[in-house]
Parts: sequence; structure tokens; C-alpha cells
Amino acid sequence: MSERQIQLEVLRYNPETDSEPRFQTYSVPCEAEWVVLDALNYVKDHLDTTLSYRWSCHMAVCGSCGMMINGEPTLSCKAFLRDYPDTIRVEPLVHFPIERDLVTVIDDFMEKLNRVKPYLIPKEARTIAEGEYRQSPAELKRFKQYTLCINCMLCYSACPEYGLIPDFIGPAAIALAHRYNSDSRDGGREQRQQVIATKEGVWECSFVGACSEVCPKHVDPAAALQQVKIASTVDWYKEHLMPWGKS
Amino acid sequence: MSRKPYVREVPKTTWYFRQGRYMRYMGREVTCIFVGAYALFLLVAIKRLSEGRAAYEAFLEGLSSPAGILFQVVTLIFVLYHATSWFNLTPKAMPVQRGEQFLPGGVIVGAHYAGWVVVSLVVLFLAGVF
Amino acid sequence: MAKSNKPIVWGLFAAGGTLTAFFLPALIVLTLLAALGYVPDLLAYENMRAFAEHWFGKLVLFVIVSLSLWHAAHRLRITLHDFGFRSDTLIASAVYLVAALGTIAAIVYLLRI
Repeated sequence: MSERQIQLEVLRYNPETDSEPRFQTYSVPCEAEWVVLDALNYVKDHLDTTLSYRWSCHMAVCGSCGMMINGEPTLSCKAFLRDYPDTIRVEPLVHFPIERDLVTVIDDFMEKLNRVKPYLIPKEARTIAEGEYRQSPAELKRFKQYTLCINCMLCYSACPEYGLIPDFIGPAAIALAHRYNSDSRDGGREQRQQVIATKEGVWECSFVGACSEVCPKHVDPAAALQQVKIASTVDWYKEHLMPWGKS
Repeated sequence: MSRKPYVREVPKTTWYFRQGRYMRYMGREVTCIFVGAYALFLLVAIKRLSEGRAAYEAFLEGLSSPAGILFQVVTLIFVLYHATSWFNLTPKAMPVQRGEQFLPGGVIVGAHYAGWVVVSLVVLFLAGVF
Repeated sequence: MAKSNKPIVWGLFAAGGTLTAFFLPALIVLTLLAALGYVPDLLAYENMRAFAEHWFGKLVLFVIVSLSLWHAAHRLRITLHDFGFRSDTLIASAVYLVAALGTIAAIVYLLRI
């Protein structure tokens, strides 16, 4: 196995002693097939036990190891060293406050995610005796791609509008609202529209499209948001110009 | 242990220099200046037309000044960028589902480009260019 | 938080964006040809006058001018915000006012033909 010496420039921040973050460089002997997360684990195990970062599954499923790698929001478990130069800069996800080192404060996202009611609100309640909520493969296909979101928040780091307007509900949460709105079994669209068809909802999106470019699961939040805009616009015209059309 | 989260400020006026994709986005957005300018240009043309032959023909004369030609060439470039960027994004805004499959995005974009070519040729033909 | 009224202007922005993408390049080619001395038949005074005297010609010109203006106005509002101008209410009022005045002016001029 071939080894490669990587200079890992990591943004460090210790809230107890530092007034602001600073870069610290580690020289890491890496195997060719490693990902950036492996290099961080090497630092933690062999060079500096004080380094803090989040990770769990190491296979792009848990969504916890997102960081800025050479300025790009990336899952560090999916960032293969063979795709990078010998010097790699690792920073915590931008647009989120830094808790410590590479760990960010994600309360804002969690609150927004909760606000859009990202769960099935059945059209009609059924008892277990009445059986399951049935759905055809075509009805599933309609929203399947949006179910793949792992809440890794890379899209929030990529979205300049979220950086500029922190109240913006943002890509992943609105895409998930769209996922449930598009579900044939769901009856909660009006409740979610009250949250996402607002100024700080979908209307702060200017379709930069960066969210979809960085998404590790190809969810394409930008597509979801444009579809929400079109649907909300149709709603608006129905509600204001055709009041008789209201159900 | 006390918490003291560190907030990194986003530079409000220069953020788009950070990434190439932000620059492309801003390039797409500033096309609106040229779309708007050309709309005002058409408005002036209609005004001149309403004022009679002399005013209208003076307006046509004015088009061929170097400034007039430069304005139109630059506007054409930006409007072409607007058109292509607009069509390229259509599959996201208007996906087409057929049964259990989505129509490939390229088909939707291609249909828009084909429509664009037809519309342009029809406009040029009706205007007597060929 | 109430639902936003942005759909009014966004609807015009989207309609205008589609219309300008399809039609403006060909229109600019027409005026550019005229500028270079190859005046297309339609742009000659008699023909243009006849076109604009017909109600359908008026409608075409009106839709193109006003939707282009609303498209540009809405996008300019967002773009100025992106460039760091934060007085959104003032900017929105100004750009939509220009689009509205342009729309009215287009109606007035077309009705004079």
C-alpha cells in the first residue's frame, strides 16, 4: 500500500481559551485510499487528542461529518484524498456558529426542520384494523428523491442566501416540506404552506442552485424550492383572484 | 463548561467572490439590467413610432451610432446568457413525470432549445429578414 | 407568519423570464440588423406603423415591453440585495414603480398609434 504525506490545515477553536479560531497544521501519513475523515481520525488517535469533530457512520448515511474541505461543503467520509492536493484545508461548515474546532451549533437548523412538520399528516386517520395507507409506485416516485435527505446541512453551508439572511428556513427543511406535500397519503399541505409560503420561507430563495450541487445524496433541494414557488404562486392567484375556487 | 460559540460573519458585499458558482449566479442575475434596458429601449421606439415618421426614422438612424451598436451587441450577449441559463433550469422547476419515471432533464431542456430556435426563425421570417 | 404576497411579482418575473428568453434574442438581432444598415421590412416606418395599428400588434408589443420590465425589476431587486444593498422596501418600491410606469407608458403610446 502506498503512503502519502498530507498537510492537514484544520481550523481550531477552543471556546475556553480562544477569542477567535486559528489554523493548525498536522502532517499526516495517509494511505492512498483514505478519505479526509480517516486523516482526521489519525490526528485524533496519534497526533492530537484534543481535536473535536462529529462523525459516526463513515459511509455517507448519518450526515454528521460535513465540513468545509478546501472551501467546499463536503462530507469528510466521502472526500477521497486521491481527489485532493497534498495540502488540504478543513474548516467547520460555514453559516453555522462554531461550538469547538470542527463542531458547529446546529440548533437553528433543528428548529427550522421541526417547524415545517416533516412527517406524514394523514388525510384521514385510519385504525390499524382498517389497514395500511396504500400508495402506487408512481405516487412514491413523485417524492422519492426528497426522502433521501440525511440532514447533513451541507446545503445550508452552500446557500449564500442562508448566510446573508439567517431567518431563511433554507433548502433541506423546505425540500422536506415539499416531500410530504407531494405525498399522496398526506393532508398537511396547508399547515406547511403557512410556514414555507412566507417571506422567510421559500421566497428568500433566489435559485442560486448551490444546495443541489453540494448535496451528497442528490436530493436536489433547488428543484423542490422552485416547485414550491410555482405551487405557492398558483395558490396565491387562486386565493386572491378566484375566491370562489377555494374549497 | 461554559459555551461561547464563535460566529463567522458573511461579507455582505463581496460574498460571491468566494466560489465560482456564486460568480456564475451573479452573472445570470445581472442580465436583468440588460433585459430592462432593452425593454426601455423598445418603449422609446414605440414612443417615436407614435410621434410619426420623422421621429421614428431619426430613431432608426440613431441605432447605427457606435454607442447604439455597442449597446445592442452587449445586450445580445447578456440576453443570450439569460436565455440559456433560463432554459437550462427548466427541468428543476417543471419536472415531467410519466408513470414511474421522470422525463430526463435533457429532453425538457432540449425541447425548450428547439422551441427557441423555431420562435426565433419565425420572428426573423415574419420580419422579412429572409 | 402570514403567507407572502411575493407571488404577484414572482409570477410576472417568471412569465417575463420565459418570454424574454424566447423572444428578446431574435428582436435584438432585428434591431441590430437595422443598425448595421440592413433594415428588416417590418422595421420600415409604414410596416411598423401598420403592425402597431392592429390590436394584435399592440398586444404583442405591450406584453413584450411590460413583462420584460417586470422581469428585470424583480430580478434587479434580488440582485441589489445580493450586492449588499439592504434597504429592500425602498429598492422594491423604486423598481416596481419604474416597471408600473413603463407599463402605463406603453399603453399610452400604443393607444396613440
